[in-house]
Amino acid sequence: MFWITGLFNSLAFAAVLFLLAAGFSLIFGLMRVANLTHGAFFMLGGYLATSAIGAGFWIAIVAAGAGCALLGGLVQHLLVQRLAGRELAQVLGTLGLSFIVADQCLLIWSGDPISLAPPAFLQGAARLGMFAFPLYRLFLIVVAAFVAIALWLVVERTTLGAKIRAAVDDREMARATGIPVSRLFTVVFCLGSALAGIGGALAAPVLSVYPGLDTEMLPLALLVVILGGIGSLAGALIGSVLIGIIYTFGQILLPDLSYVILFLPMVIVLAVRPEGLLGRQAA
Amino acid sequence: MKTVGIIFITAIACILPFLLPGNFYLGIATQILVYGLFAVSVNTLAGYGGMVSLGHAGFLGIAAYAYAVTSGTYGFSPWIAVGAALLIGTAAAAVFGLIALRTSGLSFLMITLALGQIVWGVAFRYTDLTNGDNGISLGRASVISADPLTLYYVCLAVLALVMVLLAAFIRSPLGAAIKGVRDQPRRMSTLGYNTWAIRYVAYLVSGFVATVSGILYVQIFQFISPHALSLTVSSEAVLMVIAGGIGTLFGPLLGAGVVVLLKNVASAYTDRWPTLLGCIFLFIIIAMPEGLLPGSKRILAGMIGSFRKGAAPSASLQPTSRAR
Amino acid sequence: MSALELNNLSKSFGGLHVISDVSFKVMEGERRLILGPNGAGKTTLFNLIAGDLAPSFGTISLAGEDVSALPTNRRAARGIGRTFQILTLFSGETVIRNVVLASLGRTSRRWKPFGSLDADEEFRASAMEILRTVMLDYIADKCVSETSYGERRRLEIAMALAQQPRLLLLDEPLAGLSKEERKGVEGLLNALPRSLTVIMIEHDMDVALGFADRIALLQNGKLLVDGSRDEVIADPRTKEAYLAE
Ligand SMILES: Nc1ncnc2c1ncn2[C@@H]1O[C@H](COP(=O)(O)OP(=O)(O)OP(=O)(O)O)[C@@H](O)[C@H]1O
Ligand SMILES: [Mg+2]
Repeated sequence: MFWITGLFNSLAFAAVLFLLAAGFSLIFGLMRVANLTHGAFFMLGGYLATSAIGAGFWIAIVAAGAGCALLGGLVQHLLVQRLAGRELAQVLGTLGLSFIVADQCLLIWSGDPISLAPPAFLQGAARLGMFAFPLYRLFLIVVAAFVAIALWLVVERTTLGAKIRAAVDDREMARATGIPVSRLFTVVFCLGSALAGIGGALAAPVLSVYPGLDTEMLPLALLVVILGGIGSLAGALIGSVLIGIIYTFGQILLPDLSYVILFLPMVIVLAVRPEGLLGRQAA
Repeated sequence: MKTVGIIFITAIACILPFLLPGNFYLGIATQILVYGLFAVSVNTLAGYGGMVSLGHAGFLGIAAYAYAVTSGTYGFSPWIAVGAALLIGTAAAAVFGLIALRTSGLSFLMITLALGQIVWGVAFRYTDLTNGDNGISLGRASVISADPLTLYYVCLAVLALVMVLLAAFIRSPLGAAIKGVRDQPRRMSTLGYNTWAIRYVAYLVSGFVATVSGILYVQIFQFISPHALSLTVSSEAVLMVIAGGIGTLFGPLLGAGVVVLLKNVASAYTDRWPTLLGCIFLFIIIAMPEGLLPGSKRILAGMIGSFRKGAAPSASLQPTSRAR
Repeated sequence: MSALELNNLSKSFGGLHVISDVSFKVMEGERRLILGPNGAGKTTLFNLIAGDLAPSFGTISLAGEDVSALPTNRRAARGIGRTFQILTLFSGETVIRNVVLASLGRTSRRWKPFGSLDADEEFRASAMEILRTVMLDYIADKCVSETSYGERRRLEIAMALAQQPRLLLLDEPLAGLSKEERKGVEGLLNALPRSLTVIMIEHDMDVALGFADRIALLQNGKLLVDGSRDEVIADPRTKEAYLAE
């Protein structure tokens, strides 16, 4: 009973983590940019959704995604591209930006947690024998699974995906063969940021939105990516489930030390495979 | 020339308390010393070792909490608490180093950020030990001294001692090896150096200095809460290092002075410090990535150069600064 | 006794077989040339010997001891010194500082956390000695970033010599040099002590053939021909694979 519910909640949390981490991993894998604004986009997505909820749940989600995509595109154009080739400057630039975004959110939406009501048809729970699964969490898991499949299809089956894969493998070669690498970068940056925003919006009914949500989620996403292997979608999926389970059960069983337990998978995975579970072996 | 500068600045630092109008300013000066020491620890790793950590506030926090719990909660004498904090902080660095050094480059940066946030999470959640968000306050009896003037000189002495030792360390064979591993790790292992162990040493030294700064931190504020080990604090230290000039001995102190002063001045007018911090980050990174001093020199030289060029077209444009 | 012995050495990157089943022996004091067209896997072979890459299969023995599992630095301690085809120097430091770092690496003083390295007269003197042999003593205190390409090539060799190796691996020491510069380096190579075992990768036939006792020819990661200089030159496969180019 306890284990089943716990596992279910873990998967719901993993779904949110995946939406966050997949975008980060995609951007990192393609561009070698660790976009530390990603956590702030997650939070911003949540806030945008709470403001747009008047127009309906779906519009709110789309607004969150579109807002973050737009901002992500700007970040890529005005900051990341300008600092091309300077890895450290790019990371620190996005870090600085994350402070600005988070602080402006605090200014606009104040310091109190804001929660978001799920749409009527997703309220309540599905009953299965003696178990009750909240519908909205079920919905989260379905959405994440859907996004995972869609991303996989895009990367593996479309020309855009082929170009992305080519650019990940060898950026210079891709450029030489006429792939518009910098436009590709912008597309991927927008896509990744949109995923973060949508993740934040979808998580709002469960986690609610509050200042500090960004710095709480960002390290979890980093852990997911480090564990799963940078740039690997399947890795992000496995990492999300792993962290989701450990974090959720940790909070139930050892609330004081739920953060310490996060060390565990990190230590084990890094000891055995420093490049992450599905990461590429460094030459 | 350089020696003269150092003597001059040391002399100023020694008589500074008598030049400042009151304890408020003395407090800020002391903060600069402590944050300066913290920035020096980040620079040891980032500037000389080539490894940028975004989780160093974790060490500051672990040391400060270790001190506060030992002396405050359990009532041991301040000196025993200092010993305990040194031990626990350095031990934490030893463990974190093992984890973080499995990776390098951006992955290292990401792992240190995650490690720092884990420590923050523990400070926040493990309320039995840390009193959670409320933090731990220490009475006057639990710190080495509560007198602002004594504290200033204690911090100054510790900082000076660390700087002297660090300067010697950087010039030593091991220090040269650390810089060598930063610049050409592949060549270094070909030459017989154990690059992992050398990086680990740099990590330990850096963690130890951060631990010392954490002990000073809790002395001057007589208080520690999770905010002291947030990502913002780690980032501020990185900003201090870059602003002052990464990989220079005294740069981080200059950077700490600038950032702490700005923070205090800004707090009088606005509570949007994070926004300001972010803007400073972007400004430094885009406009003067080599640090404030060389950056302003370069920009000034450029302005004077273009001015001269406008006034007297015959004057040649000499390159005034050399990239290092 | 053999200074180096490779047994069935193989290395692949993903599906790409860069070294396939290479076995050969190098005797002590031998001067061995490795020939092969671009992309044959010569540098990869050096990386395997030096320890920068782990073999997919096979073993490497140094003076009878299996070193396959040792990391690069431990192999250096057992007497492997190497130069890099792509210059790998400390370009922000002075020329002599580069050499000092190289000689420091084989002493336990590399762990000393105090005392100025620059003030160490002993290291400086021995580094000067080596700089004289490669004719770089006149720019000892110049920053590497201000030296010419030819000087840097010689510094590559100086650093390997400073390691006092028993087995010296030279990866295209003449690459990109002018005719006169080649003469200088050639003289330098021929003046190496006969007791030192040297394996050299080099495309410049005039210099390389004059230097080598024995030659191994590598093509597509396979050892095509292995034998004395005259045998290999006479072998028709050599002409086909390499000299005909
Ligand atoms: N780390 C690596 N990952 C994948 N492929 C590699 C790697 N290193 C080398 N290769 C491939 O292995 C092959 C052999 O490379 P290597 O550098 O050993 O050639 P070489 O004989 O030294 O050539 P050259 O004369 O140009 O120096 C090349 O096709 C190269 O692309
Ligand atoms: Mg080669």
